[in-house]
Amino acid sequence: MELHILLIFMIFSAIVAIEVKDLLSSVIAVGAVGFALCLAFLILKAPDLAITQLVVEILCLIILIRATINKDLPLVIEGRWVFNTVSTIAFVGVFLFFAWLALSELPRFGEPTMAVAKKYLEEGTSKTGAVNLVTAVILDFRAYDTLGEATILFTSVIGLMAILRRPGRSRRKKNDQ
Amino acid sequence: MTLIVKTITRLTVGLILLFGIYIILHGHLSPGGGFAGGVIVALSFVHLMLAFGKEVAAAKVSKNLTSNLESIGALMFLGVSLLGYLGGTFFLNVLNKGTPFKLMSAGTIILSNISIGIKVGVGLFAIFLALVVLEGAKKGK
Amino acid sequence: MILYILCLILFCVGLYGVLRKRNLIKIIVGLGIIEYSMNLFFVLLGYRFHGRAPIDAQDHAILNMVDPLPQALVLTSIVIGLGVTALLIAIAVRIYEKYGTFDITKINRLKG
Repeated sequence: MELHILLIFMIFSAIVAIEVKDLLSSVIAVGAVGFALCLAFLILKAPDLAITQLVVEILCLIILIRATINKDLPLVIEGRWVFNTVSTIAFVGVFLFFAWLALSELPRFGEPTMAVAKKYLEEGTSKTGAVNLVTAVILDFRAYDTLGEATILFTSVIGLMAILRRPGRSRRKKNDQ
Repeated sequence: MTLIVKTITRLTVGLILLFGIYIILHGHLSPGGGFAGGVIVALSFVHLMLAFGKEVAAAKVSKNLTSNLESIGALMFLGVSLLGYLGGTFFLNVLNKGTPFKLMSAGTIILSNISIGIKVGVGLFAIFLALVVLEGAKKGK
Repeated sequence: MILYILCLILFCVGLYGVLRKRNLIKIIVGLGIIEYSMNLFFVLLGYRFHGRAPIDAQDHAILNMVDPLPQALVLTSIVIGLGVTALLIAIAVRIYEKYGTFDITKINRLKG
């Protein structure tokens, strides 16, 4: 019951984030969606994810506000607006209809099949020695995925430094001398 | 920033760094692990930079130091994975398993947590440093 | 079942933001909403009624824990989402310096 109320709050806040005209207000509304997601992770009995989602959301908000402060601009709506909106809503309606048909095949909410996870739960503590089973899964049973994720973070840091580099500074220093 | 923010930052930045290190080290006993702890360590440095300006934070952790530390973190993680070759396969958990519920108990999991914590924390602070320092350089031009 | 449909409606709100908005920051906000909805969908798949968190306790309670496998995958996905958002913000900052606007209909000069 609490999950339904939380999800309706998230949908409402997401609609506010997309539609409002001020950039700072829309960034704050996205922050509200992230915090409600952290609460949803706590209700779904996932404490690891709740801690990670909370701190990642705070860092993401700081970076977004840094980029959007003092940079508003007024937009004007121009031609073919009715056709674009109606075709987007029709596409979304078709997508939701086929999603309803596909979701009937999943097991009922609250009774997962757990074909692979049963072995992880039974032998996790004895084989790895760790008490936290999520850490045992990501760092011992599936350590390859963690290696891939470390590579993605490394690439993103290098890419960001390459984009924000300014190659003309040493030339300017030489001109000053 | 105002005097209230500077005083509170001076009192709490060390505690936030200590809390992040605690969550990294106890990753196999309680919720948390390398990723969440690394982001908390990065947040402590970002807090210092937001309150005191970029010169103070850049003097403590300069740009060359962040690049070197991040590469060392990634290489340490690869080193832990190659250590598994002592037992026969890639990424095998070769160290002593110990008894559960103790701090030094889970084999190579604690070494992996420390290296991922260093890598994620210093890398995210390098992202923020690049966004702030280079924008200031453009305004000074 | 209703929870899955609500999760997909959140995905559709983000998708509308990516497709139909002209401001670059609104597109990045829509992409963030899509990531949140997909992480929530994965964790919803692994929930068990009256389950426990997947951390062992001293009294060796019998195993009725929730599924730890989707939680491990989503933990990786949250941090990757942060990296992607940071890279997009860097590109947006550079575009603003060069063109002076965030409007995507005015960013149409191809040579750099």
